[in-house]
Amino acid sequence: MLVLGIESSCDECSAAVVEDGKRIHSNIIATQIPLHEQYQGVVPEIASRAHVRWIEQIARQALTVAGTEPGALDGIAATAQPGLIGSLAVGLSFAKAMAFALKIPFKGVNHMLAHLYAPQLTLPVEYPFLGLLVSGGHSIICKAMDFDTIEILGTTIDDAVGEAFDKVATHYGFGYPGGKAIDDLAEKGDPDAFRFSPPSLHKGEHRYDLSYSGLKTAVIHHLDNFKRPGAKSSPENIAASFRKAAIDLLLAKLLKASADMGINRIVAGGGVAANAYLRRSLAAKSQLDVRFPPLELCGDNGAMVAGIAYHYFMRGESDSLDLAPKSRIPSYKRSLEAQKKHD
Amino acid sequence: MKTFISHNKEETIALGERIGGAAPSGAVVAFRGGLGMGKTTLSKGIALGLGIVEEISSPTYTIISEYPGRLLLRHIDAYRLRGDEDFEEIGGSELLGVPGTLCLIEWSEKLRDSIDKEAAVIEIDMSPTGDRRISLNGAWLEALIP
Repeated sequence: MLVLGIESSCDECSAAVVEDGKRIHSNIIATQIPLHEQYQGVVPEIASRAHVRWIEQIARQALTVAGTEPGALDGIAATAQPGLIGSLAVGLSFAKAMAFALKIPFKGVNHMLAHLYAPQLTLPVEYPFLGLLVSGGHSIICKAMDFDTIEILGTTIDDAVGEAFDKVATHYGFGYPGGKAIDDLAEKGDPDAFRFSPPSLHKGEHRYDLSYSGLKTAVIHHLDNFKRPGAKSSPENIAASFRKAAIDLLLAKLLKASADMGINRIVAGGGVAANAYLRRSLAAKSQLDVRFPPLELCGDNGAMVAGIAYHYFMRGESDSLDLAPKSRIPSYKRSLEAQKKHD
Repeated sequence: MKTFISHNKEETIALGERIGGAAPSGAVVAFRGGLGMGKTTLSKGIALGLGIVEEISSPTYTIISEYPGRLLLRHIDAYRLRGDEDFEEIGGSELLGVPGTLCLIEWSEKLRDSIDKEAAVIEIDMSPTGDRRISLNGAWLEALIP
């Protein structure tokens, strides 16, 4: 079964042709980062306008590289949620129109589930596993029971981890995108030059939760309070110490979840999964079976969308053409009153 | 203008709860203050005061997040926008001041033309000890401080 997958939830405009959920025939990714660099972030309207400009040629290129005629496709999928609403709408509308014209099934997929599926494009992964989804907009630790069933164990209670990287990088002029800029600088710095304290998120419902606003404030406003005597306030040292604090929190929560659930298979995804320190640290844990997608499948891409959609199509599931994009999934509801009592 | 000094996160959340409890339908609150001042923390308290059970997280990435409560909370963040023109293009100004909503706007400094001059303003700055000075401007906000 040949599926065309389209991803346009944020910066990347991507289209891919994938066979049977695993053989990638093409995966074309156009990134808008140079366009956004001057604004230090994704500007949604620029993003959706650029998607409109690019989507047709990206889709054509995906078909050409795959050596596939549109008539040979068995289904078309696009990211439907979550993401920037205008950007999502472009990819979704394109996919729906193409599926309608070709009279083939259409499926709107969840961006998070697609990221968790990404490693399976290269190697099979057995369920259940723990998923770590970390990017500019998302920070989630979850338990995956199947390709379409996850239970959220923890999430950020304030800023996403990638957002903290971006804001710290912007504040200190380290460059954009912030995650990569800090990762590169950090490789040359002393991670113990500053000792930032981890957030206190041990109680009650916060067991697997993450928080980055305290660390962001510490790095930006109170740097000197955390400096080791004699250490230098160089960009490299700030980057290395911040990176260590940010990633160590992810590792601590993930390891706690792994021990509690007795699940040692971990799948990481999202832009922050490209972080060198995160990859090294997880790879060093011999008790864990850690699956990272290849770097080109860590960020947003069409292949993961086409890959997961195959499994829906195999079950005979598709969506009607009035499916609307959603910017946010309120998947993590809980009682704040209960939380206050715990805290 | 009335000023409230908050010594910790809990006091900021408690002030937020009172703001959320008192907010009139269609109110717009413009936040001012830089990175790491506690705008999202205050917003969490305001959400609690509106009876919202969902966790409020930073809207930086989504620009606009909505949460149903006593009033529909529209949590808006202009951090990644260039200014009024971007906000206008995403239909932002149509969302402000609608009856039955409360709009909180982080990085409102970037949206000088889109926000009504009559909108309530909350400005947060920090003392060297880390205390937050929270200045409230606007009749219904000022009425909360004795």
